Amino acid sequence: MQIYKVSQITRYIKELFDIDDLLQDLWLEGEVSNFSRSTAGHIYFTLKDEEAQIRCVLWRSQAALQPHLPQDGEAIIAHGHISVYEVQGVYQFYVDTIRPVGVGLLYLEFEALKSRLEAEGLFASERKRSLPPFPHRLGVVTSPVGAAFRDILNVLGRRYPLVEVVLAPTPVQGDEAPDGIVAALSALERYGDVDAIIVARGGGSLEELWAFNDERVARAIYASPVPVISGVGHETDFTIADFVADVRAPTPSAAAEIAVPDQQELRSSIELGRQRLEQAMQGRIAKWRADLEEERSALRRLSPRSMVEGYRQRLDDLTERALSHLRHRLTIQRERLRGCVLQLQSLSPTLTLARGYSITRHLATRQIIKSVAQVSVGDAIEVQVSDGRFGGVVTDGCE
Amino acid sequence: MDVSELTFEEAFHELEETVRKLEEGDLTLEESIALFERGMRLAEYCGEKLDKAELKVKQLISSLKGEVEIAPFEPS
Repeated sequence: MQIYKVSQITRYIKELFDIDDLLQDLWLEGEVSNFSRSTAGHIYFTLKDEEAQIRCVLWRSQAALQPHLPQDGEAIIAHGHISVYEVQGVYQFYVDTIRPVGVGLLYLEFEALKSRLEAEGLFASERKRSLPPFPHRLGVVTSPVGAAFRDILNVLGRRYPLVEVVLAPTPVQGDEAPDGIVAALSALERYGDVDAIIVARGGGSLEELWAFNDERVARAIYASPVPVISGVGHETDFTIADFVADVRAPTPSAAAEIAVPDQQELRSSIELGRQRLEQAMQGRIAKWRADLEEERSALRRLSPRSMVEGYRQRLDDLTERALSHLRHRLTIQRERLRGCVLQLQSLSPTLTLARGYSITRHLATRQIIKSVAQVSVGDAIEVQVSDGRFGGVVTDGCE
Repeated sequence: MDVSELTFEEAFHELEETVRKLEEGDLTLEESIALFERGMRLAEYCGEKLDKAELKVKQLISSLKGEVEIAPFEPS
């Protein structure tokens, strides 16, 4: 026989609860009683019907997310899971969502549609289109009489009055609203000349916003050929339209702000552009001026004037060198000439004649007579001695 | 293209592009002056466009035959 400890069996029971799919994710309808809030901020109450009751806990963090907290006696629908609180040995309903019964049914419908469309891929982030940064024409699907449209026009006029607004008017609450919104989107599509569309409605009750949870509206937004911005209700309202839209804005005004650039920022950018142009230009001019100065001094360095001066000097040098060379050559020549004259003088017959020699010539032929064979008796001859000449006649042979 | 023929968006983008080119590009003096003057004209033009802009509002009216007409918006 096995004997268990209380904690062991309690843990076993808890595990039985925790592996049960139904108990882990369920909606429960009932009437609230014993509603209380602990000092820590957690909420405890009992949910009951005619025959049974169950203890409920709503943690503080979850309580803060509820748009509506119930009072005793109120009929609600709540979502959560059932598990065991081991310390006290009780099972409890751990609530994460509370809706009043009427709204709660709508909410269930909403959740069902949301899951279905999500599964179909209508909310897929990869199909979200980016908005045109400078739209020319914006379609607005809303009521022409609501505050939403006025707010949108105010924001667009203040931020980016260059845009043209094309209103596709439609009722935004009541039974005609879903068809009206679908028709307005289709009219914009046929008109064909808008860059993006704002689908908007001011704040209201869940029932008043209900058209934006309509499947037809969701599909029409999905099918829009241009990006759609949703701006429905207040910050805390999420509609199916918000999930399908390419961009969700918390309010109509916010949708208008997202749709267009802000002219104040544009003006700053333009002014900044102008300053940058001026700075860039001044920078360039300063650089060119510096370059120019550099070129100018290079030019001075290389100018013909300095070249001419250089040549002139070289020419001077060369001339000088040529002249001194010439002078040197002249001196040498002169020396040589004198040597020649001296040599010539030493070879001259004059000196020989002075020593007593004479030169004898034929008077007629002027031939110098070096051999007796050249003369015959009776030939007229001329004899040159150192100081003059005299004539004679060959008289006799000496042989 | 003449500046006055541009849309605001085109002029604004060209201004950004012109600033970038003048800041980065390896340009001749003539090119720089041309870019600078073009950029200044673009900046001027963009400012004027914003100054003169007035929000235009129209509304679509669907006829019974399902045709769509456009009309000035008359706030009621």
